[in-house]
Amino acid sequence: MTINTEMKVRVAKVTQVADKVKRFRFERVDGEPMPVFSGGAHVIVSMRDGKALRRNPYSLMSSPEDTKGYEISVLRVENSRGGSAFLHETLKEGDELVLSQPVNLFPFDQRAKKHIMMAGGIGITPFLAMMDQMEREGKNFELHYAVRTRTHGAYWKDLQQRYGAHRVKVYCDAENLFIPVEKILANQPLGTHLYVCGPAGMINGVLGKARDMGWPKQNLHSEEFLAPPPGKAFQVKLAKSSRAIDVAPHQSILEALEANGVDAPYLCRGGACGQCETGVVSCDGALEHNDHFLEPDDKASGRKIMICVSRIKGNEVTLDL
Amino acid sequence: MLVAGIKSRPVYGGLNVDTHAKRHLFALEGEGALALMDQVKAVGPDFLEHSDILYVAAASAAHEHDKALAKLGADTLWVAPTIPVLLNRLNVMLGQAHMGTHIYLSGTEGFIGQAQQVAMNHGVDPASLHKEHRGSTARRVQCVHCKGITDNVTTSPYTCSACGLPLLVRDHYSRRLGAFQGVNIDAEEPGTAPKPQELFP
Repeated sequence: MTINTEMKVRVAKVTQVADKVKRFRFERVDGEPMPVFSGGAHVIVSMRDGKALRRNPYSLMSSPEDTKGYEISVLRVENSRGGSAFLHETLKEGDELVLSQPVNLFPFDQRAKKHIMMAGGIGITPFLAMMDQMEREGKNFELHYAVRTRTHGAYWKDLQQRYGAHRVKVYCDAENLFIPVEKILANQPLGTHLYVCGPAGMINGVLGKARDMGWPKQNLHSEEFLAPPPGKAFQVKLAKSSRAIDVAPHQSILEALEANGVDAPYLCRGGACGQCETGVVSCDGALEHNDHFLEPDDKASGRKIMICVSRIKGNEVTLDL
Repeated sequence: MLVAGIKSRPVYGGLNVDTHAKRHLFALEGEGALALMDQVKAVGPDFLEHSDILYVAAASAAHEHDKALAKLGADTLWVAPTIPVLLNRLNVMLGQAHMGTHIYLSGTEGFIGQAQQVAMNHGVDPASLHKEHRGSTARRVQCVHCKGITDNVTTSPYTCSACGLPLLVRDHYSRRLGAFQGVNIDAEEPGTAPKPQELFP
């Protein structure tokens, strides 16, 4: 069972903030306050797009103290599975949809002496809320923000104005400026924590450099929500309930189960949290693990799968559900 | 008599020198010196030129480990007369340390726990410390009633050095205090405490 007290919300405002980036403000339909969250939290947005029900995770970017509404920023991706296209092209002010309660898989470490954030592109969103909270709590922080062009980068001007250019540094691909990771990490005081959010290549590159420079893994944090990659269709058999459900090429296992009324557990829907870990009884092909959660041993064992993002190469998989 | 099997009981993973570290800071007590020597044997002496060693002989003074440490030729070696003096020095050094410095603690549990407290105050996650228990198994125990701490407890029950109650030693450990938690053993019928058993030589 997924514990999920959902909130019905109305789109209060849509703002174009940069090339291909829109900000959406949601307020509760019943006028009640939203819960206060902690910087780094996300919500699952449930969108009714014609017949399809889409549920995607988005980081909350508004001030965690603002209980009148939540805001997310969404990049229109080229090969959208439907979520970003729906939000950009269909959703209008006044429309209603459903949000989950906020969940934080990317909190900052309260014990840290200093916080360094590195964002790539739309990966800026969790840091917007984090910095708001850090500023209020008087934390020592700095942000290094990589953008493709100045017009693609959202919020960098506002951030520099609010926190000062000494704490918010912007690096623009088009100007041949890149985050000088080694230089930044070289002389940080003991007790500094590093947070990275952006594309997988950036996260792996930055964290790899940090580990090579002797940063312990306890001080390294990252978040990347994955969209479930498409593949070939296959069938899922449920061992406990003796059912067979078809998974379409552009559907995740979790989505196929939900479309057939199976209430499988989930939290982040992006391969990060571990909530949807499911036992594999048998599989006639190979498991395609796309998550960040399972340890390499678990992936190799073939006994576990994260049904929100992973699928199989084969015809049939039997799950312990 | 010991209450064992409590989850908070620390587990020490060994010093395991990390070759990615830019500097190595060793805080060693008594037989903990041997843990460092074993690392030199295991991975070679190269890391020593980036190493600072703080040492206190404590109960091991007769073994003269300080002389053996001096022969290693580490970047710096500083021998403290007592544990509090060493911890003070450790505190100052951590205040100036940078990320990439790895911290290694070895000696009795009481020493490791206190050095870990110092490191935690600098925002260091205890899981990122390299720790190895060497020497006596004597424990540092807090009386949960008067909060007095007794070092080098070798028996259970033992008599609280602060309030005099007979205390049962348990594996229940406080990282914040760097001490095990002792609880009165004869609260219902004072005077019926069993005889102390030597459990932590």
